[in-house]
Amino acid sequence: MSAMEQLYTAVLEGDAKSSALLTAQALEAGADPMSLITGAMVPAMDEAGRRFEAEDYFVPELLLAARAMKASMVLIRPLLVASGAKSLGRVAVGTVKGDLHDIGKNLVASMLEGGGFDVIDLGADVPPEKFIEAVKDKGAQVVCLSALLTVTMPAMKTTIEALKAAGVRDNIKILVGGAPVTAQYATEIGADGFGENANSAVALTRRMLVEQVADAQLLSEGK
Amino acid sequence: MSRVSEWLQGGPLLSDGAWGTELIARGLEPGTCPDVWNLSNPDAVAGVARAYVEAGSRVILTNTFRANPVSLPAEFAERAAEINAAGVRISKSAAAGRALVFASIGPTGKMVMADEISESDVKAAYDIQTCALADAGADALLIETQSDPMEAEIILRSAKATGLPVIVSFTFDTGKAHDRTLTGDTPERIALRMEQAGADAIGANCGSGIEHFVLLCRRMRQSCKLPLWMKPNAGLPVIEAGKLHYQQSANEFAAHLPQLLLAGASFVGGCCGTSPAFVAALKEQFAECASE
Repeated sequence: MSAMEQLYTAVLEGDAKSSALLTAQALEAGADPMSLITGAMVPAMDEAGRRFEAEDYFVPELLLAARAMKASMVLIRPLLVASGAKSLGRVAVGTVKGDLHDIGKNLVASMLEGGGFDVIDLGADVPPEKFIEAVKDKGAQVVCLSALLTVTMPAMKTTIEALKAAGVRDNIKILVGGAPVTAQYATEIGADGFGENANSAVALTRRMLVEQVADAQLLSEGK
Repeated sequence: MSRVSEWLQGGPLLSDGAWGTELIARGLEPGTCPDVWNLSNPDAVAGVARAYVEAGSRVILTNTFRANPVSLPAEFAERAAEINAAGVRISKSAAAGRALVFASIGPTGKMVMADEISESDVKAAYDIQTCALADAGADALLIETQSDPMEAEIILRSAKATGLPVIVSFTFDTGKAHDRTLTGDTPERIALRMEQAGADAIGANCGSGIEHFVLLCRRMRQSCKLPLWMKPNAGLPVIEAGKLHYQQSANEFAAHLPQLLLAGASFVGGCCGTSPAFVAALKEQFAECASE
């Protein structure tokens, strides 16, 4: 097995120790940091996501894979920052006000980090002002809202309204997710997308950022 | 003979329905912690307990699902023992000997596996809750809505130390067939693991509706010898005009009871979306099943 294949397997199997060790060895041998991400780790996370969709993997396996990738990223990130490479995009995630549940939100955050995004984790029971701050002051391009309880779902709506009132709604994409949340509800409250699970949240975020760039281009062309 | 088997000598027992929605109907602000009402509005809590006893519940729970120091609102964490004791007192007084009181213990909402909380912090939180529930005189402890066997085992260790019978109930809502826990465990794996860990009964609650519970129950029955506890939702809620609505009627729900008993259930009640009316409908079905 090549070094890249070994790293791919370590991430896919959630072996954080091997993943970090292989990354350190590859970097020492002169490997391009970015190529480790795009050539081994992102494909491994994609495969983990595919297995999750196929129900070969469940939350624990996804968590372990994301953690293995994180262990490698600790070594790679400083090199990327030094070379001036940019992340795929900045995403703020949080469980909405009144809801303390953060398992789903944490998993989405890990998967997004594993997917190469710069993640701002706002925690649980997050008031709308914190989301606004993440957009205004920290430059979040995508905002992910989570809720586990049917009774706290309406806080998603009030958060979106608050983002509108703060005048930042149109600059960002808003995704919603959580056990009781449906695509229909997402549309009803004016979100841009609905993630069925942590894995689809990553794919959706990627698509949203592409759309955002396209939107910005259209705007600048005055269309 | 174990205490649970003694209780079941006369046949399967009817338990209760949802508490949260009943408390909301009595004025609890949605999204606030219901358990705190054991101290601040005990009459409303007693009203729910009484409604279930009057509808025919032979086992009622306590309003203590979130009453562990990790899950309670921070300002109430120190009063966890007090909230638990009050919860047991309220249910026992409403039961007045007509129903057993099984004390409800919910999950932390955090995952040990994801390093969101340490094993020792989980254990410490539930040592406080289980001791308070046992000291206040609960008949049994019910560890419910579990999604992670690792956490369930830690809570089970705390609960067993009280000497009371312990039931562990999981939520199977993951996977296309709605037959896995969040962690991907099947009813077979859960049954084996919890039996080995010393549970006195195991079961399923919440989840995706009573239709799925017949199969879950059968699969658990084939995997262990323990009595089975089944508390399904009234289906999955739909949103109508911005409001949440459970579509299944009490009679539709109760119509599944014969199948559930046939699959080996020993305790049957309802979770989210069920009410005293559901318990009354189940009671009628129980009577019919018994007369056949």
